Formats: sequence, C-alpha cells, structure tokens
Amino acid sequence: MSAPAELVLAAGGPVIPNFGGGSSCVVQNHQFCLSWFEHNWSSVFEPRLVEHLELTAIAVGVGMAIAFTAAIIAYKQNWFETPFSLLSAFLYTIPSLALFELLVQVTGINRFTAEIGLVSYTLLILFRNTLTGLRGVPPASIEAAHAMGLTPRQTLLRVELPLAFPAIMAGIRIATVTTISLATVAAYIGAGGLGELIFDAIQSGFKTEFVAAGVLAIVLAIALDIVLVLLQRAITPWSRRRLAPT
Amino acid sequence: MRSSDPVSFFLNNLSLFGDKTAAHVELSLASIGVAFAICVPLGVWLGHLHRGSFLAISVSNIGRALPSLAVISIGIGILGIGFRNTMVALIILAGPVMLTNAYVAVDGVDQDAVQAARAMGMTPLSVLLRVELPLALPLIFAGIRTATVYVIATATLATFAGGGGLGDIIVNEPTYGTAGVVAGSLAIAVLAFAFDGLLALVQLGVTPAPLRRQGRRQRVDAIVEASWETGGRR
Repeated sequence: MSAPAELVLAAGGPVIPNFGGGSSCVVQNHQFCLSWFEHNWSSVFEPRLVEHLELTAIAVGVGMAIAFTAAIIAYKQNWFETPFSLLSAFLYTIPSLALFELLVQVTGINRFTAEIGLVSYTLLILFRNTLTGLRGVPPASIEAAHAMGLTPRQTLLRVELPLAFPAIMAGIRIATVTTISLATVAAYIGAGGLGELIFDAIQSGFKTEFVAAGVLAIVLAIALDIVLVLLQRAITPWSRRRLAPT
Repeated sequence: MRSSDPVSFFLNNLSLFGDKTAAHVELSLASIGVAFAICVPLGVWLGHLHRGSFLAISVSNIGRALPSLAVISIGIGILGIGFRNTMVALIILAGPVMLTNAYVAVDGVDQDAVQAARAMGMTPLSVLLRVELPLALPLIFAGIRTATVYVIATATLATFAGGGGLGDIIVNEPTYGTAGVVAGSLAIAVLAFAFDGLLALVQLGVTPAPLRRQGRRQRVDAIVEASWETGGRR
C-alpha cells in the first residue's frame, strides 16, 4: 500500500489529489469535511449503507436457517453436535481476509462469494447459542408440557423454543455485529457495502471518506445491536434480565 | 517465490515469514501491552470499589460491536497511514474485553473472603493485592487471552493501513499464489494458538497453587463467558 502513503506525504506539497470537490477542505484533505459528506450522502454513502445492511441481513438470515436446522437436529440427535461444531469452529478460526481470498479462487470476485464467507462465520455462534438455549430449558417445563398432553412437536414450538428465545436472540445479536464487521472486510473481494468506501479511500488517501465510512459502519453496528435488544425485550417480556446464552 | 503447496511455500520463504511474523508480533504485543496497562488496572480498581458496573458492561457491549476495519479506517483518516494508527485501533478493539473481564473478576470475588481479610485487619490495599487479585486472576487472564487472540487475528488487517505483518502475505495473492495465502493464514492461526498457550502457562505460574484446581474450573466458565463477550470481534 505505498500509493496512499505517497499521497499523504504529498498532501502539503505541489501534488494535490483531486477528490472531485472544490472546497479547500477537500483539496487540502482535512480529516473530515462535513459539507462534502452532506453533499455526497445520497449519491455515495446512503447506497453503500443500504448495501451493507442487505449483505448483513442475507448472511444472518441464511446462517440462521442453516444453524437453526442444525441445532434442532443436534438437540434431537446428540451425535450431530460434534461434527457440526467442529466444522463451524474450523471455519470460524480462518482469518477472514484469507477465507475471502481462498473463496475467490472457487467462485470469483462477487457478492455471492462474500455471502458464502459471511454465512460461514455466523454458523458457530448461531448454532451454539440455539443449542445451548434449547438445552437450558428446565426439564420440569418439558415434563409439564408432556403431562399436559403436548406432542413433541408442540412441546418444541410452544415450550422449548420460546424459553430458548433469549439465548437465540443473543446469538443473533453477536452474529449480526460480527457480520457487519466482516462485511467491511468482504468489500475487498467486491461485496460492496461500506467497506467498498474504505478500500476506495485506501486507493485515494481521501481522509473524509475513511472517517465517514468507518463511523457509519460503527453506527450501523451499534444501532442494530440496540434494535435487536429492544426487539428481544418486546418479544420476551418475561425475561427482563439477559439470560446467559452459553 | 511461488510454490505449489503451503508447506514448501513456507520453507522456501523462511526469511519472509520471519520478517512478517516479527512485525506482526511487534504490533500485536505493543497494542496488547498498552491496552493491558490502561484497562486491567481500571477494571480491577472499579471492581474493587464495586462501582461503575454500567460503564464496565457498556464498554464491552460497544467494544464487541465495533467493526475492526472501520476502526482502522477512522484511524487512517485521523492519524494517517502506519504503525501508530493500527496500534491505536487495536488498543481500542482489545481494551473492552480486558476491562470487562477484570471488572467482573474482581467484583465477583467471594465477599466472605474479603470480609474475613478485613476482619483480620488487612488494609484495603492488601485486601486487593492479597485476596481479591489472586482470586480474580483466572478470569482476568481469560480476558487477556481472548484479547490477545483477537488482536493477533485482527492485526492481519494492518496490511491495509501500512502496518505490515502477516496480512501482507495474505493480500498479495498475485505474487505469492494460493499456497502463500494458505501458508500466511496458517501462520496467523499458529501464532494465535502459540500466544494463547504461552499466556496459559503464565496464568498457571501466577495463580497460587491451592487455587489451580479451582482456577481450571473457573476458566472453563470464563471461556464460555469470553466466547459470548467476544463473538462479535474478529
């Protein structure tokens, strides 16, 4: 990454990079030019923010579908836990940048490749939290459900899953903020989203873009975390305290 | 430079790996050191006073949500390219888990033990140093270990900020090929495990002997706790 370094060095010299804006703040590449940000919000930042949200939603959604199914199977058939845990833990250990690089060799530089990587990182957290939540259901509640004549299916849907819900939600929260973080890295292989702006800025050395994209990603992560907490409290009013998920 | 498989790539490029690993370790250790110096004493002190639980817990919730590349990106914008910016970013990312674990560890020390120590006439300082800290060590160390593994993994991204390290090999697929990417990733994973193991030994060394058995049990809880606290951090 020598190009941006040269730009930074050159910032005070005769070579002034043109970032497409005329204001002196932009020309002198100050740390943050609010007017440029406001001016480019709808054309540059907003679409990337929406894209980032989509990337995250798809990854967590697909990851949840896989991990949830796997957790239900592991809950009913104990032997299934170990292989799935090992697989997802293995995927989780690979440094994100490396996983994306390696996936590119197989499926090319595009959003699909990025989604495969993002989904694979959500599996461990979602699987473990869902399974732990289900296993944490008090046996007495299950027995009571059986005694009341509920079928296994009804017990699962009406007793076990609602009681496991806080742990499942905690998993979704962690998976969501993780995915937002990893999605910025995924822009390296053409996933789009806010990371795209960061990598643009690495090419151009434009500080306002660095700061704005970084702040937006952080705001997005914290905002979604808060929204999910509120959602969980609204859905499970009986658990005012956060239950330990694992 | 290119090789067909990661192992021969590694063997053919030993000096490259030596340099990059040294840079990686230097960056990681500097960040962990500073984060440790700021966050662990603060967490221990707050836990000793049983104050600031809101601060300690919120810090970890926000810390968990921070996207690593975003923090590095803001760092580049404000501090420019280089070692210092990445170091600041890594400190911000590693600090919260250390702070929270230190707080929870000291705050959660058995109050009977603390009161017994007071009844024996210990000053608040010696209660802290001789009772609370030894009992809290396993959990404090769990935080340090989690932060260390996280920092070593995240230091990979330093390559985008001119910070160097093993990330340089991973992002340079055109030069080093797939074997290089795999070898670089393996090197990072091995480095993370090695530091985790090293810290485990240090932890064993500083834990008073009678506590070691119990410490092991607590550590299992702590790992579970830590995996929850740090799930969002890569």
